[in-house]
Amino acid sequence: MNAAIDLGLFADLVIAVSVAGLALWLVLTRERFRAVVGFMVYGLFVALAWMRLGAPDVALTEAAIGGGLVGLLLLGASARVPPEPAATTRRWPLHLTAALLSAVVAAGLAAAVLALPEPAPSLAGTVADALPATKVDNPVTAVLMAFRAVDTLFETVVLVLALIAFWSLVPDRAWRERPAWLPSPRPAPALVLLARLLPPLGVLVAVHLFWIGTSQPGGKFQAGALLAALWALTMIAGLTRPPAADRRLPRLLAVIGPAVFFAIGLAGIWLAGDFLAYPTGLEKPLILVIEAVLMISVAVALGLILAGLPPAAAALSTQDHQGGAGAPREPRS
Amino acid sequence: MIQATLYGLVGAVLVGFGLYGLIVGASALRKLIAFNVLGSGVFLTFGVIARRGAGAGFSGDPVPQALVITGLVVAFAATALAVGLMVRLAEVSGRGDVDDEGTAAAKPSAAPAAPDLPSSADRQVARPQP
Repeated sequence: MNAAIDLGLFADLVIAVSVAGLALWLVLTRERFRAVVGFMVYGLFVALAWMRLGAPDVALTEAAIGGGLVGLLLLGASARVPPEPAATTRRWPLHLTAALLSAVVAAGLAAAVLALPEPAPSLAGTVADALPATKVDNPVTAVLMAFRAVDTLFETVVLVLALIAFWSLVPDRAWRERPAWLPSPRPAPALVLLARLLPPLGVLVAVHLFWIGTSQPGGKFQAGALLAALWALTMIAGLTRPPAADRRLPRLLAVIGPAVFFAIGLAGIWLAGDFLAYPTGLEKPLILVIEAVLMISVAVALGLILAGLPPAAAALSTQDHQGGAGAPREPRS
Repeated sequence: MIQATLYGLVGAVLVGFGLYGLIVGASALRKLIAFNVLGSGVFLTFGVIARRGAGAGFSGDPVPQALVITGLVVAFAATALAVGLMVRLAEVSGRGDVDDEGTAAAKPSAAPAAPDLPSSADRQVARPQP
């Protein structure tokens, strides 16, 4: 028994040192590409920390979104921004001041962590008492879909808004073009094979994650992120082509989840007495319907963001002729 | 409780590292990575508060856990917007940083007495010429 506890603490120590060490390395490493790839590894270690903290739902989300999708996005960006200057001298006053400031903030936060109240305030008991009313067994899903449903509703709206803001960066001339970040110019045969073999299995896993989400760790965000990653994989391998921003179907799919969620929430005013309240007896079916459409919307919105922006080459040259954007460039010797 | 405290301290350290990287990062992309490290530190600290609230048969307080899931998705949305802005900035102006005179000033570190090169000289190499 004692040995088991020690082993667990040892695992915690290894994960803690790895996460902190990787974070320091990400910030200090000279090569940008390494930092981007390192960030994905970092996301996986943070997911392990979430497992150890007894939060498998968060661990799944962190591994899928925090590590995978953000990493893919940063990887796409790193290929599209100019390289950093090869050698920079560190401006020591700035660096020392920044290090001192950061250390003070970290020390303050550490002091707050050490001074957390005992016993810890918790809503676990309240959730456990109210859980039977939702007919859902996974407490995290119950919080997301019932007790704090308004947070989840507006979060999915934020995702749609992010997609709109992202697309607003498309230059007018390129509006009907397809996004061009993902397709690999010459995908390796092994990649194409993988992109053919993985999606059927991945879709099964995603549907499973969504379906068990009401009783076990999982749910729409994890499933949606997995579907988006699979879609991105097929786009990288050139098996599917990313849709242009003016297509109707992807737009519809991206907003259908929040729209249905909102409609059911509004109907709750008349049927159950409050916004986002579910009528008795229909709780679980309604939650499943909302989760299903949200999964589709999350997958489509994430996938469309991952697909990136159309190439701006055409728009760039027109802007240069107008002389509007960009600083004037004079040759320097 | 030792476990929760350990991860709480890791969260604090991550916030410190992220903040430092956010200030001194050599380019917008590096600042964005540091920003995400900072964010994961905040989430981890919140996760520690969830862990300490374990009870009623749950391994952690489900309310903060659900809020962290919400936060992760919103953080992805913010990162996506930042990446889009960054790439468009690079396409339009050929620059990889929003800071004009700052950390990207390229000069050989062996000769600190040399006069400053214009900070944008290196970046213009990467700029597509129309």
